Amino acid sequence: MPSLKDLKNRIASVKATQKITKAMKMVAAAKLRRAQEAAEAARPYAERMNKVLASLSAANAGNAEAPLLLSGTGRDQVHLLVVATGERGLAGGFNSSIIRLARDHALKLLAEGKTVKILTVGRKGNDILRRTFKDNIVDYVTFREVKQLSFANADDVARRVLDLFNKGEFDVATLFYARFQSVISQVATAQQIIPAKFDDAEASTGSAALYEYEPSEEEILEDLLPRNVAVQIFRALLENNASFYGAQMSAMDNATRNAGEMINKLTLSYNRQRQAQITKELIEIISGAEAL
Amino acid sequence: MADAFNFELVSPERLLVSEKATEVVIPATLGEMTVLANHAPTMTTIKPGVVTVKLASGQMDKYVVFGGFADILPTGCTLLAESAVALSDITRETLQARIEAARADAGAAADHEHRTKLEEYLAQLTELNGAILPA
Repeated sequence: MPSLKDLKNRIASVKATQKITKAMKMVAAAKLRRAQEAAEAARPYAERMNKVLASLSAANAGNAEAPLLLSGTGRDQVHLLVVATGERGLAGGFNSSIIRLARDHALKLLAEGKTVKILTVGRKGNDILRRTFKDNIVDYVTFREVKQLSFANADDVARRVLDLFNKGEFDVATLFYARFQSVISQVATAQQIIPAKFDDAEASTGSAALYEYEPSEEEILEDLLPRNVAVQIFRALLENNASFYGAQMSAMDNATRNAGEMINKLTLSYNRQRQAQITKELIEIISGAEAL
Repeated sequence: MADAFNFELVSPERLLVSEKATEVVIPATLGEMTVLANHAPTMTTIKPGVVTVKLASGQMDKYVVFGGFADILPTGCTLLAESAVALSDITRETLQARIEAARADAGAAADHEHRTKLEEYLAQLTELNGAILPA
């Protein structure tokens, strides 16, 4: 049975923890709003890009000379997994769900006898994946110092990916990130970025207009495809960012609530014990008086 | 009064402009082109340069864009710029920083074809520098 003083100390420490988690929740909520706005602001560009590329690629579907970024190398022996996670923990299952998806995918590919290379974006993913796939990690990008994600950050990642691709280091690239659905639900997602894949529905609406191309269709395609990789990565990073703060917010909300429950329980047993002690002291006084 | 059409200037980060315009001058890769209403559907890449927009209200706006492409339809014109800034916001320092970065990239480029492209980009930037910020 803990003494009264122990209980008092524990209550004080849980209260302090609760204050921290509460503050973190507020901060996460504020940052989430910003991250969500950023993700929404980036949407028109990504949508336009997708539409244009979908119609261009539909036109180039049967073309044997189509750029490799579109048609692929024709093999799928070497896979590159771009795993985007958060820089920090304390966000519930956010990091682990992305990593689990990536790891399952990697293990499946390895079981099929494929070669797996991993590029990690974000410190958490790198730390955890390094334990299992130490030899598979080819590159590591961190945004620890970055306050506000900008397109330049995504471009940096894209450039590394494209460099590897141009050197023939891999055939298929898949991007792992958490798609932001709502504050309480973030879905870990795998998306193939090389060779590029487009939504068919958008392709059919996009190809309706007969375009004039300047310069030629092929040149535009060659210019746009690398840019598209950057755009996709940018979008994934923004979604990830929003998901991270969403996950953190709900995790901290839970923690605050748990701390509250714990405080209630501890206060109850503290009061009981205090009462018992008072009763005990009273009995002692009374029986002492009776003995006189 | 010329017909108005929808003009949108989008960068990966956000939608910068979405307005009715009567005339837009775009620095296309193969030379500047002016877009008016009912332009034939055209897709073109753009080089670093100045975009001049004449809004339906008669106001003239200028933006500096750094590469990207334009999607032109009879009813509208969408400019997807890799990065875009209002002309009044650009300073000699930021532009110089971009030129330095491009120069470093060009120096580091491994294959010939890539370097040619980067050098071309560098030349376009330098030209832009001279055009909008006369020494």
